[in-house]
Amino acid sequence: MMKKIRVLVAKPGLDGHDRGAKVVARALRDAGMEVIYTGLHQTADMIVNSAIQEDVDVIGLSLLSGAHMTLFTDVTNLLKEKGIDDILVVGGGIIPEEDIAPLREAGITGVFGPGTPLEGIVDFIKGNVKR
Amino acid sequence: MKDLAERAVAGDDRAVARLITYAENGHPDLHEAMRAIHCHGGKAQVIGITGVMGAGKSTLVSEIALEYRKRGKKVGIIAIDPTSPFSGGALLGDRIRMSRLTIDPGIFIRSMGTRGMLGGLTGAVYDVMEILDASGKDVIIVETVGVGQAEVDIIKIADTTLVVIVPGLGDSVQAIKAGLMEIADIFVVNKADTPGIERTMAEIESMIDLGYRPGMRKTPVMATSARECRGIIELVDSIQEHRFFLESSGSLPDYLRKRYEAEIVEIIHKRLMTMIFDEKVFKEKVKGLISRIETKETDPYSAAEEILAELLK
Repeated sequence: MMKKIRVLVAKPGLDGHDRGAKVVARALRDAGMEVIYTGLHQTADMIVNSAIQEDVDVIGLSLLSGAHMTLFTDVTNLLKEKGIDDILVVGGGIIPEEDIAPLREAGITGVFGPGTPLEGIVDFIKGNVKR
Repeated sequence: MKDLAERAVAGDDRAVARLITYAENGHPDLHEAMRAIHCHGGKAQVIGITGVMGAGKSTLVSEIALEYRKRGKKVGIIAIDPTSPFSGGALLGDRIRMSRLTIDPGIFIRSMGTRGMLGGLTGAVYDVMEILDASGKDVIIVETVGVGQAEVDIIKIADTTLVVIVPGLGDSVQAIKAGLMEIADIFVVNKADTPGIERTMAEIESMIDLGYRPGMRKTPVMATSARECRGIIELVDSIQEHRFFLESSGSLPDYLRKRYEAEIVEIIHKRLMTMIFDEKVFKEKVKGLISRIETKETDPYSAAEEILAELLK
């Protein structure tokens, strides 16, 4: 049996900057993962639906607009609502230090700010996938 | 596993998705689930979409799916992108063009990597088609990777094969005339909003004319602009006309038989390859043979004979 880690890389909200998301997507690909990139302007509904259909192990959220507290937690709340607890959720972007703890609290297990080495993200995912 | 199969047949997206994962990974219990599902399949219409990369296949799939939704059909989409032969990873980007479809409960999209399979498809595609079919999808659209000249496996699984090309590539018609030219049930010249469309249409039509014999079905050439949603209704009409042609000529069951045959071949192929290259007994033998080929004690043909002799014992 050949299991591959599948990751949905998603851009919630209206921010149109996806260079970071693409850099991370590429690094995960090079680490042997299957990365599904949703493109820009995704709602929580779209992200969770895509994650269900793609049966991903990980959802990676990228946001640079500052709305992460609302938009990231929208996703984890919807996952909870649907009874999905086997998907690891991580997020990255311009995230102030003081937001990290509440985000973790809300189910965004890994939070990566600017300057995070790509290997760090890869290792975190490999070490924390839930199935 | 049986419970999962039952939920999938009832149309539960999460069960469908999980089963597809098992099919992709070759889960040990997959066989049992597929056996349970088989009697619910074989009903859906399968549309294959292939063509060079950047031709607009994903955008076209999105528009075709929306049109089928308007016609009351439930749609399953299998979007295949290449797996890296180096890292084994993949970047599956077909969803980017399908954003509008993601919250429609009547549409299920699955992105898949080729995972080492050549020919434009992926090894698990048969299982995935069967799962989507059994879950109640009326139409299944399979989008191949961006292909070159010889990746024509799509015809093994599709009732109707669309070959998508674009104007303005100059040599594009040359590039497709050998392999792809022969497999189209419908030619789609996409990006009809770009200059050069008439010439590309004329070139393809004249190529079709060269091979035309009276009494044959003539391959239609349709112009579309997926981005501007032009020509889509006509294209779907044309797909349905082809479907009607298959039904009325009585050849539809042949397609299903052909698909089952290809599936059996694929399963056997997969099993044999695993047996020879992954399982302990043979792995060692293959290794030994390779070093003997290296030292010129034997040659690849004789080595293959030796493995086959052992297999057929």
